[in-house]
Amino acid sequence: MVYRAHVLISGSPQCIDLGAREVKATLLEELAALGLANEVQVMEVSTLGHDEQGPELVIYPEGTQYVDLTADDMRLIVAEHLLKGRPVEKLTYQEPPSEPLPPPSAKEVRVVLDNIGKIDPENIDDYIALDGYIALGEVLSTMAPDDVIAEMKKSGLRGRGGAGFPTWLKWTFARRAESEQKFVICNADEGDPGAFMNRRVLEGDPHAVLEGMAIAAYAIGAQQGYIYVRAEYPIAIKILRTAINQAREYGLLGKNIFESGFDFDIEIRMGAGAFVCGEETALMQSIEGKRGMPLTRPPYPANSGLWGDSTNINNVETLANVPKILRRGAEWFASMGTEKSKGTKTFAIAGKVARTGLIEVPLGMTIREIVYDIGGGVLNGKKFKAVQTGGPMGGCIPEKYLDLPVDYESLAGVGSMMGSGGFVVMDEDTCMVDIARFFMEFTQDESCGKCVPCRVGTRRMLEILERICAGEGKPGDIETLEGLATYIQDGSLCGLGQGAPNPVLSTLKYFRDEYEAHIYDKKCPAKVCKGLIEFTIDPEACIGCTRCARNCPVNAISGKPKETHVIDPEVCIRCGICAQVCPVDAVHVE
Amino acid sequence: MKNLAELRKIKERALQRRQLSGEEARARVTVAMGTCGIAAGARNTMKAILAEIEQRQIKDVVVTQTGCIGLCEYEPLVKIQVGAEEPIWYGKIDAARAATLIAKRLIDGQPVTEWEVQTTHTS
Repeated sequence: MVYRAHVLISGSPQCIDLGAREVKATLLEELAALGLANEVQVMEVSTLGHDEQGPELVIYPEGTQYVDLTADDMRLIVAEHLLKGRPVEKLTYQEPPSEPLPPPSAKEVRVVLDNIGKIDPENIDDYIALDGYIALGEVLSTMAPDDVIAEMKKSGLRGRGGAGFPTWLKWTFARRAESEQKFVICNADEGDPGAFMNRRVLEGDPHAVLEGMAIAAYAIGAQQGYIYVRAEYPIAIKILRTAINQAREYGLLGKNIFESGFDFDIEIRMGAGAFVCGEETALMQSIEGKRGMPLTRPPYPANSGLWGDSTNINNVETLANVPKILRRGAEWFASMGTEKSKGTKTFAIAGKVARTGLIEVPLGMTIREIVYDIGGGVLNGKKFKAVQTGGPMGGCIPEKYLDLPVDYESLAGVGSMMGSGGFVVMDEDTCMVDIARFFMEFTQDESCGKCVPCRVGTRRMLEILERICAGEGKPGDIETLEGLATYIQDGSLCGLGQGAPNPVLSTLKYFRDEYEAHIYDKKCPAKVCKGLIEFTIDPEACIGCTRCARNCPVNAISGKPKETHVIDPEVCIRCGICAQVCPVDAVHVE
Repeated sequence: MKNLAELRKIKERALQRRQLSGEEARARVTVAMGTCGIAAGARNTMKAILAEIEQRQIKDVVVTQTGCIGLCEYEPLVKIQVGAEEPIWYGKIDAARAATLIAKRLIDGQPVTEWEVQTTHTS
């Protein structure tokens, strides 16, 4: 049967509580009375997004949203909207006036991201208008490869992909290597959960990456470049393709660039989404068409990389810095940052922070400045607990290090790492054991399985963490976790295995008491782990309104109207709906 | 392109084209079309802007796109630059707001402060 209109009515607990069932009954009665039952389909859906203004419904094909409905309103809507086709304006959902948007902090410094917002990424002329490809032109016309490397050394640029290896040194190894041909690879396999720094550069300023690759290729003597980008970034790939074609048309890629005799071209290779392919040896295996698994190092890619030839791999952000350094000078770049960590870094701020998003700051800015001055502080005025940096192989940094400068050495010194720029803020309601379990779940899932300690060890660690979170932790679990962590770190070939135990080790280091509370006291201090919490109703506060009992999805709550209600812990699934709907906050979590 | 001099020529030409002067282009509207923008509805915003401009037969406004400026919370973001004035970013511009924004800012020439987003940073 073909209907001419569809009505979606919210059946969320809150809407039902506010009378959605009565409204729905009236709707069906009215439709039947007016003979519209065969023309209008009514469907109950889980929620439509404005539960607090329920009962709520949407009428399609118009997509009109109605809120705060009564049975009388419903009669009007059926008669006007569904019968006569005239939406009832006064009952429709009105967008609340938007809150004023707070101004971002002036502490951000944009180098890598400078062009983004100013240029059209699909128009090469826009990039050239803002001095694009001038650095490549000058390098090819006036500098020898060794001069380029010397300038990079003076700038102090270090790898932005995680480990912070000096870029000039990496280039020097590749330059010195004897090889029939050489390759430059841009690592755009950005896989850390919640991180999208590189995607932003690729989508917003693709030519900066191409120009950086061409300069790197000239410095080491390569003629072919590859961008290894994950297939999950379709817009980035489309924009990169356009950019490469436009650069070829202008002769900025291809044969005899700037009539210097230098040939260089770039191809895109798409990754299929394996996290481990961000590791350089696994990445090259994947480009070669093999299964993406890491290899033993040495030999390093500079000596034996892609198809056994000398290869230089840099991260997107590292390469995007290169043209700026050569155009504005190494001194300018080295004037930003700290003694050992020069320049700026982009971070993806996420988690329990007021202003999430992407930022770029000079290295050496403190965690406090990033969280409070730029991030706008912890969400809903809660207390800061920790920040997780470095992605799933990084560590959690506790409150006492809020004034720690964010640079490669300082982060490593407290058991975390820079990584590619993940920055997840956690508040007092975050359970650190649960966080460690979450990251272990991720790395365990992404382990390629080549090294037994990583493949089996992360599995065992995850099982122990799951047990602890379920309230079945045993004495000795912490020690077993520590032992496994050491074996996995020592016995894994690549950064994934070597770093996988980090979230557990760093939370054990700073939040050991939370692990102990889970195991010995059978309590989750943050009240997150379902196996360790219990919902109870305060008999003093309960007014016997029956709201909790009516909304409980498993009928775990008993009690007569106007009498105290009781939750049966055996039946309760700890979903928390009772606490949400209680009008007098009588439901407590212990 | 054969040498730096040719590149500089292209640069001059491109810079000139970016200038907002005279009859041909008095304003530029830029929609942030990164993944975050598109996910928040930037394509509909772009369509609404183009429709509004066509409907009102505005001939001297350039519409273009750019990447993510980092304020993903406020997507879809739209930047409007009128003549030599400082460009202004506007946040959470859905299709309905886009039409209002174009009408108010470019037809009536009124400031639209309620959706303004400040993006002060050093570069």
